[in-house]
Amino acid sequence: MKTSIKYLLVITTVIAMAFLLKSCKTKNAAQAISGDAAQEVYVAPGKYDEFYNFVSGGFNGQMGVYGLPSGRLLRIIPVFTQSAESGYGFNENTSPMLNTSHGFVPWDDLHHTELSQTNGEIDGRWVFGNGNNTPRIARINLATFRTDEIIEIPNSAGNHSSPFITENTEYVIAGTRFSIPMGKERDVPINTYKKNFHGTVSFISVDQTNGRMKIAFQLLLPGVNFDLSHAGKGPSHGWFFFSCYNTEQANTLLEVNASQKDKDFIMAVNWKKAEEYLKAGKGRVEKVQYAHNVYSDETHMATSTIENEVTVLDPTGLEGIVYFIPCPKSPHGCDVDPTGEYIVGSGKLAAVIPVFSFTKMMDAIAKKDFIGNYDSIPVLKYESVLYGEVKKPGLGPLHTEFDGKGNAYTSFFVSSEIVKWNIKDLTVLDRAPTYYSIGHLCIPGGDSRKPNPKYVIAYNKITKDRYLPTGPELAQSAQLYDISGDKMRLILDFPTVGEPHYAQAVAADVISKNSVKFFKIEENKNPFVAKGEKEARVERKGNRIDVYATAIRSHFVPDNIEGVRLGDEVYFHVTNLEQDWDVPHGFAIKGANTAEILIMPGETQTLKFVPDQVGIVPFYCTDFCSALHQEMQGYMRVSPAGSTLPISFSTGQQAPPLNP
Amino acid sequence: MKKYLLAISVLAFAFSCSNDSQNSNADQNESGDTYQPENKTTDHPELNDEAENKRGIGKFTHVDLPATLDVPLATAGKTVFELKCYSCHKLTDERLVGPGWKGVTTRRAPEWIMNFATNTDEMLNKDAAAQAMLETCLIRMPNQNLNDDDARKVLEFMRQNDGVK
Repeated sequence: MKTSIKYLLVITTVIAMAFLLKSCKTKNAAQAISGDAAQEVYVAPGKYDEFYNFVSGGFNGQMGVYGLPSGRLLRIIPVFTQSAESGYGFNENTSPMLNTSHGFVPWDDLHHTELSQTNGEIDGRWVFGNGNNTPRIARINLATFRTDEIIEIPNSAGNHSSPFITENTEYVIAGTRFSIPMGKERDVPINTYKKNFHGTVSFISVDQTNGRMKIAFQLLLPGVNFDLSHAGKGPSHGWFFFSCYNTEQANTLLEVNASQKDKDFIMAVNWKKAEEYLKAGKGRVEKVQYAHNVYSDETHMATSTIENEVTVLDPTGLEGIVYFIPCPKSPHGCDVDPTGEYIVGSGKLAAVIPVFSFTKMMDAIAKKDFIGNYDSIPVLKYESVLYGEVKKPGLGPLHTEFDGKGNAYTSFFVSSEIVKWNIKDLTVLDRAPTYYSIGHLCIPGGDSRKPNPKYVIAYNKITKDRYLPTGPELAQSAQLYDISGDKMRLILDFPTVGEPHYAQAVAADVISKNSVKFFKIEENKNPFVAKGEKEARVERKGNRIDVYATAIRSHFVPDNIEGVRLGDEVYFHVTNLEQDWDVPHGFAIKGANTAEILIMPGETQTLKFVPDQVGIVPFYCTDFCSALHQEMQGYMRVSPAGSTLPISFSTGQQAPPLNP
Repeated sequence: MKKYLLAISVLAFAFSCSNDSQNSNADQNESGDTYQPENKTTDHPELNDEAENKRGIGKFTHVDLPATLDVPLATAGKTVFELKCYSCHKLTDERLVGPGWKGVTTRRAPEWIMNFATNTDEMLNKDAAAQAMLETCLIRMPNQNLNDDDARKVLEFMRQNDGVK
């Protein structure tokens, strides 16, 4: 007996030491890197990366574009937040992009990126992003890497389970995080949540020829929080799945109060059925207000239109549109595997990963295998829909991506790891520590029908000791793992900006071949274009001054302007006459309360300037364009209000007309 | 033969920015394609004696020029000029950012002009005469993405500017 106790002690000690060692290991990243990692991520000077990685910027409101495997930052695309660098959201051309029903809202929180697909494969046309705070969906044109369109979502608050798409980009989805009172009765006590609050998910149709978005319909839903979503694919095409939490319908201290129930829901939406009801006239047109903003590469200007109507479908009484599937403990991720058969829910607080079967769900629906209703929506029986559970996968499962070889990769926030598991037999195959507290993860094409499973990238929430300290605020830490073998291998850390949430990646040639190099000046339809220096001029209309300026290496026309007075508003319309790749010009003027503008070749951009002091105001090109870039400058003379000096302008004249 | 002569004469002056441009050639031969203005090849009296018969680098190896001016073509060329060239080139012999165009068609081969207009970067990187010009002007001529038709139109406009009737 004594010996066996001793024996037990020894075993316990060994196990404890093993754990200690393991925990040491996860705290010391250097040991996790194998010797040839540098070679694997090294992209030689002049060589291109193999993948584009579109990374949400989170609270910076932008989208970052990185090259993989190098982790090099290639571009930050301004989307929901002003960018003083290019003038996006500051200049006359792009400010309408940030218009909303609340007026000009120059910031948002971009959480998820989603690349457009055709037949379930990434097609390289567009990437979508969601504005979380003031609900909006943006479409970025991947020929220009610019935001082409932003549509505001009415009847929504906290636009989180967005902007996921169907497998032919028929729809892009926007779901509410916050339920709110809608319709006429909005001034209600907060604690009447259960009675008065509702959620919506919006199906936004996408015009396949030009990408133009339109809210096709909204589903009116019980007041809960909708978190993430993914479309069905293959056999489940026609369905959309959303994770829901706070089915407790709490309106305060959700940290505790929304974690009471053992199970919340995955919501399954049959959108083809919804289309039928819509066709049959079952939709209800509601008066709302939301902005729809579109940028044109022909006029180089954005227009903002306030739309007034949205069609709402109330699934109460419309059988077959919406079902709830119970899902353990506040599900977050809601991911559909490449075959379209398996739906993975990730309960943030759950000790298992439930995997649901689309086939079983359809059977259960056919057999009306319901355990009851939730706000009149049928709730399916958990066991009837469940394919199986991954037992003890880790702590705090969040999101799952797929490799197309039958495996899933799930991120675990609490235990800081990626866990690879087999979908069929639900066994854990491998674990890799992340540094630290991973949120989203990404495999190129990892939510499509055709993943390209060379890498998985972790986007971590905590950075701590990964890079040289930069004060209290640190770069975010992303990590690249090679997944071409059986085991995941960490091969690179790379810093990202903002706070990335979801990201997507795609083989570079899907996108690079379509990249626009310059805008054809002959096709420039901007109303203020100067097609050649002969058209450069300055015009006064009342107190509005329009400067039709041209820029080419390395001078502006005009570069001497006189006759402007205090009280005038000056619009600099600068046309870049260059017709070559990578020759933007910049324009900045002293004392401007806005930003600079960058003007791409063949483009016209407009900066409004209101002079506030009498004197000579210099302006110059900010983008190093040639050996004589430093010479690319001009002067504007500002005279006192009431001055009778006429407008005059020139370039290349040493002696402008004498003043009266 | 006349075309040939024209071709020969176009080279030396056309994109010459200043008189001392030839002096700077000595130390510019990165491409190995040395430009040697003193190595005169002209045996035609109407060609400028600085000229060489160089066609430049690009797809144009032979450009047929009519004996008289194609007026509609030249007019179309003026439109292209005003949009894409006028910012840097005057029609006189005055240098602005690039050289003035007066006399360009007697200084450069028509092929050279067409090649420079349509294959700008390769010409600037490899053609000795173009490189010599760059040494003086120090601004790379922007590739203005003229298509072949545009380039031909501009050439006709240059001929008009040089007095071809």
